[in-house]
Amino acid sequence: MSFYDEVKRTSWTQIEREIEGCSEADVESALGAGGPGGVDLHHFMSLLSPAAERYLEESAGLAHTITRQRFGNTIGLFAPLYVSNFCKNSCAYCGFNTKNEIARLALTPEQVKLEGEYIHKLGFRHLLLVSGEDRQAASLDYFIEICGLLRPIFSSLAVEIYPMGVEEYRALTGCGIDGLTVFQETYSERAYERYHLGGKKRNFQYRLETPDRGGEAGFRRIGLGALLGLENWRVEGFYMGLHAKHLMRKYWKSQVSISFPRLRPAAGAFPVPCEVSDRAFVQLLTALRLFLPDTGFALSTREPAGLRDHLIPLAITAMSAGSRTDPGGYTHPQHQEAGAQFEISDDRDPEAVAEAIRQKGYEPVWKDWDEALS
Amino acid sequence: MEEALIIAGRRFGSRLLMGTGKFSSSEVMKRAIEASGAQIVTVALRRVELENPADSILHAIDREKYLLLPNTSGARDAGEAVRLARLARVGGCEPWIKLEVIPDPRYLLPDPVETLKAAEILVKEGFIVLPYIQADPILAKRLEEAGTATVMPLGAPIGSNRGIRTRDAIEIIIEGATVPVVVDAGLGAPSHAAEALEMGADGVLVNTAIAVARDPAAMAAAFKKGVEAGRQAYLAGLGRTRRQAEASSPLTGFLR
Repeated sequence: MSFYDEVKRTSWTQIEREIEGCSEADVESALGAGGPGGVDLHHFMSLLSPAAERYLEESAGLAHTITRQRFGNTIGLFAPLYVSNFCKNSCAYCGFNTKNEIARLALTPEQVKLEGEYIHKLGFRHLLLVSGEDRQAASLDYFIEICGLLRPIFSSLAVEIYPMGVEEYRALTGCGIDGLTVFQETYSERAYERYHLGGKKRNFQYRLETPDRGGEAGFRRIGLGALLGLENWRVEGFYMGLHAKHLMRKYWKSQVSISFPRLRPAAGAFPVPCEVSDRAFVQLLTALRLFLPDTGFALSTREPAGLRDHLIPLAITAMSAGSRTDPGGYTHPQHQEAGAQFEISDDRDPEAVAEAIRQKGYEPVWKDWDEALS
Repeated sequence: MEEALIIAGRRFGSRLLMGTGKFSSSEVMKRAIEASGAQIVTVALRRVELENPADSILHAIDREKYLLLPNTSGARDAGEAVRLARLARVGGCEPWIKLEVIPDPRYLLPDPVETLKAAEILVKEGFIVLPYIQADPILAKRLEEAGTATVMPLGAPIGSNRGIRTRDAIEIIIEGATVPVVVDAGLGAPSHAAEALEMGADGVLVNTAIAVARDPAAMAAAFKKGVEAGRQAYLAGLGRTRRQAEASSPLTGFLR
């Protein structure tokens, strides 16, 4: 059974009502529960509920302890490498929207190598390759070729690109790409249709089943996420938790992680339909941690430096740093050649982020994987 | 009785082995290792760059003082574990390897079939193999026959701090072993380490309980004492528990 089938057996509004209906007694019971596999589904819902708001400090304390126990006093560091911003989709919130008149660029393999070498010099050994959805600009063969160029200098290579079929994914794992990240954006099929107005990405089911195909193809790491701000974060959180559990049961050899991209209000940009406050953001992180003790949580540079630093001891296990979201942005920072996907809030260089991690009493970890493992 | 821990002919004064993961800095790790008195320190190959002399973990471990025991954490099958072990040797490590084949990233439980397969290959290639295993007495014997230098059964899942949940099976392993038995994983308190040594285990490996303690160096010193107390108690005669009751008035006394 794919995760789509699982989602189809639930109703968004029903889940929403159940979460809203949780009582403080439910929350208290949740805070006292939880074996090695985390709290159960009902307790998880109560931790996402308005009733849990009063208990935020307590649940944050638990989330901190569980995360440190499982992941230690360390934060993994990774960098994205945007290879192409050509895109045929029309997603209302995205800078790469095909209708946006931005400068488009697909890096040549040689340019990708230069960007990779630059990122390597910054200290990174974990790299995330990112592209828009345009197979002509960035084909499967293109990714195989650039993987060959980057593999020797990175311990871990992951992709966050357009969804592919199992066989194509097998070609990627076969050439040494160990991670797949794909954000569902929203788990509400209705909202999904509202914000994905054109292109292949319109197909909710195909998108939702993408991590399943990645699991089947044997990716060692699978990353999920919802674009926070499109819908009620409590319900998105519920489905993220469910999705992670589904994948961990089915692809038990893969490490699942969750990212937390959050839409932030910006002048002239996409108006955020369901803004997620910092407080709500923290509640979401802590509830998910209590439900998923073994899942990695990643935080990008979309979030501002101050908040990122505060979240280090909370439940986060990995961060990107010094990111550029425009293709070619690392080697040509002064004269930007191509449009960016989103605005960076934390623009500190990687060493400054590593130092902030140390200041919090954590060790920044640049390498936690090995070429020999994929 | 010989008071050193002897593995593959090499003598170690300390029966506490230490892991290097999860520390808040290599400085904190270094102080904890010193306080623990450990002489064997294990390092995940996936975490280090062997070719980089400035690597923060490797740099912090004085290889004159400690046996650096590389481990294959992250390996999902025998092939990957063997590949990592070979890289370690090429990278200048001694041919000692802590064999970890862990396909499940959640509870980090070892795969017995792949572990045995990898051990057979590595022993043939001249490695001194210390395999991390489920507390399975038959597997322990099979590994011993394959030529491993120790067996390292888990007390509880890695990082769980739950203590020796596999006590009965570990007792059987100890009873039957001809190589040192090192209880690895799950020990959350010095009393757990003491318990392992009291049972007759030859050593313990500890990481999480020390690394995530508020004061790792102090916790390392406490584990050192736990290990020493447990060993002393074992030598004093505590280790020999009986499976049957012994009647205070013997039932067969009249035969004499």
